[in-house]
Amino acid sequence: MSTPRTLFDKLWDAHCVREESDRAPAILYIDLHLLHEVTSPQAFAELAARGLKVRRSERHKATLDHSTPTTPADATGGRAYITPQAEAQVEALRTNCAAQGIELFDWDSGKRGIVHVVGPELGLTQPGMTIVCGDSHTATHGAFGALAFGIGSSEVGHVMATQCLLQRKPKTLAITVDGRLPAGCSAKDLILHIIGRIGVAGGTGHVIEYRGAAIEALSMEERMTVCNMSIEAGARAGLIAVDATTIEWLRGRERVPQGEAFDAAARAWREWRSDDGARFDAEVRIDARDVRPTLTWGTHPGQVVAVDATLPKAAPDTVGALSYMGFEGGAALAGQPVDVVFVGSCTNGRLSDLREMAAVLRGHRVHPRVRMLVVPGSDAVKREAEAEGIDRLVREAGAEWREPGCSMCIAMNGDTVKPGQLAVSTSNRNFEGRQGKGARTVLASPASAAAAAIAGCIADPRPYASTPAIAEEATA
Amino acid sequence: MNPFRTLESPIVTLPRANIDTDQIIPARFLTTTTREGLGQHAFHDWRYDEQGAPRPEFVLNRPEHRDARILVAGRNFGCGSSREHAPWALLDAGIRVVISSEIADIFRNNALKNGLLPIVLPEAVVDTLLAQPGLRLQVDVAKRRVYWPDGEHVSFPLDAFAQTCLLEGVDELGYLLAQQDAIATFERQRPGGHRHAA
Repeated sequence: MSTPRTLFDKLWDAHCVREESDRAPAILYIDLHLLHEVTSPQAFAELAARGLKVRRSERHKATLDHSTPTTPADATGGRAYITPQAEAQVEALRTNCAAQGIELFDWDSGKRGIVHVVGPELGLTQPGMTIVCGDSHTATHGAFGALAFGIGSSEVGHVMATQCLLQRKPKTLAITVDGRLPAGCSAKDLILHIIGRIGVAGGTGHVIEYRGAAIEALSMEERMTVCNMSIEAGARAGLIAVDATTIEWLRGRERVPQGEAFDAAARAWREWRSDDGARFDAEVRIDARDVRPTLTWGTHPGQVVAVDATLPKAAPDTVGALSYMGFEGGAALAGQPVDVVFVGSCTNGRLSDLREMAAVLRGHRVHPRVRMLVVPGSDAVKREAEAEGIDRLVREAGAEWREPGCSMCIAMNGDTVKPGQLAVSTSNRNFEGRQGKGARTVLASPASAAAAAIAGCIADPRPYASTPAIAEEATA
Repeated sequence: MNPFRTLESPIVTLPRANIDTDQIIPARFLTTTTREGLGQHAFHDWRYDEQGAPRPEFVLNRPEHRDARILVAGRNFGCGSSREHAPWALLDAGIRVVISSEIADIFRNNALKNGLLPIVLPEAVVDTLLAQPGLRLQVDVAKRRVYWPDGEHVSFPLDAFAQTCLLEGVDELGYLLAQQDAIATFERQRPGGHRHAA
């Protein structure tokens, strides 16, 4: 009998061109590289300076998401870029992809969207792959049993030129979530709860594998939300084993094998799971029954609190964040007045997230104090949501329905929160100024975001809609 | 990349934990297509007020720290986004070494690829340094040591490969390009060959 291996070990072993040694890191083969306009131009320039071509252009796929306006094009096709430089960045990706033979999901492709929404929904993301992107939320794709992590622009150049990266083998951290999430709690509440438990550096140097009954019960969209925020716990990658949920979600997607070839692929994909008895370098157990609707109160994603709990008291490690957020230690989070609500991002910009929001928003109006922005994660999400009437529901409630993109999550396209404003956001980072200079961000689930939009203040979503399952029925 | 063997410099200190890459370089400055000129935006929202005027009290604006090449910061420096613009901005602002008790993975990788040396030291040592802005330290890459002015020193961990790259001023891409034969062999021997799985 061979030694039981973790899912991570299997992925690593299958992609090692050369094992690591004391003298040199491993050479890791990369199956799929996703690109966007912000972190790639310097890498293309490096290749050009050295006269290099992309080694396997079919393994590289590009989209436009970070710098792109979320307002519709005008009658002549013109788009309202925040600066000429932002437009030049998009044009640079177009030119670079054309020159290097890389497929780009461009404005009119019908397939454009946030890179971590597009990859899975097209079926580019598949179990057993290594996937990288110049974006730290690449961890999202780990939900499919793929080793997926964010890289810098230099490494973007490495993988384009050689299809490989030099990597030291990380350690493994198993996070086992027992039980089932309570009604009215979502995957976002779970991952915020987990980060609150292990801390923003709790996963540094590790790849996390999420496992246990509560994880197995999650849909693929929910698994993506969990894996997406692995980096907010310091882990470059998060993984979830392949099971029937994974296979059925992928069946019929555009870029997966079709028919009998799919069944053959699916049989192989089923092997991408940790062996019984596999050893992890560290283990954490979480009880899903402890999870309540959870939001951040501070300036990093580990500073979380349940919606019905009070803020921590002022102490040396909380006073700075409390002061930036304008919150009083020991006060209630619920009831804090809200100026902006943002629903979208690679964390919560999928159809299921929009349904969760819609189930709360239905029959209500956005509070007059609140500006609410709803940004679908991709062209496909937008089409599907509009087919269900979610766009009408959003507009009739007094919120804005936008074109797909990263939008107010990274706030580099002009969708910003003004200085001092408090935003409840379904995105992934509440760092100082993340959503605009001086902006204050509270991270939350789509349900909590919608509840805040209606109430005009931070509010418990549970009285509005009890579970995401009910939310789906309500919009079906 | 220029070789990096030794450096002597006063330290500038940021005694905060979890300094994320959005603080090092806010996202609105990422629409550039080059890596140059980002130093003016390093720590922008801490360095400048609402009108864009430098905040005189912020350490990096103080004249006595103008020549500092070593930044000492609280634990978990460089967390958050994978933007390589963070080390580019620090280097452009004159910083060559970052010392902290914990440095985020992606930032550390990105820093080393650009000749910015991330040094992890025990928290107690970092706390001592944080209390002594302006202290002159010497960093020796070959010996993997940080020296105090009195000759006292501590060792720091540094991957042997990264050390060689720093000392010789070579970058990883050259090394990877020299492995093309091994990569081609790997592609041929995989089930399904080099074709995309789709």
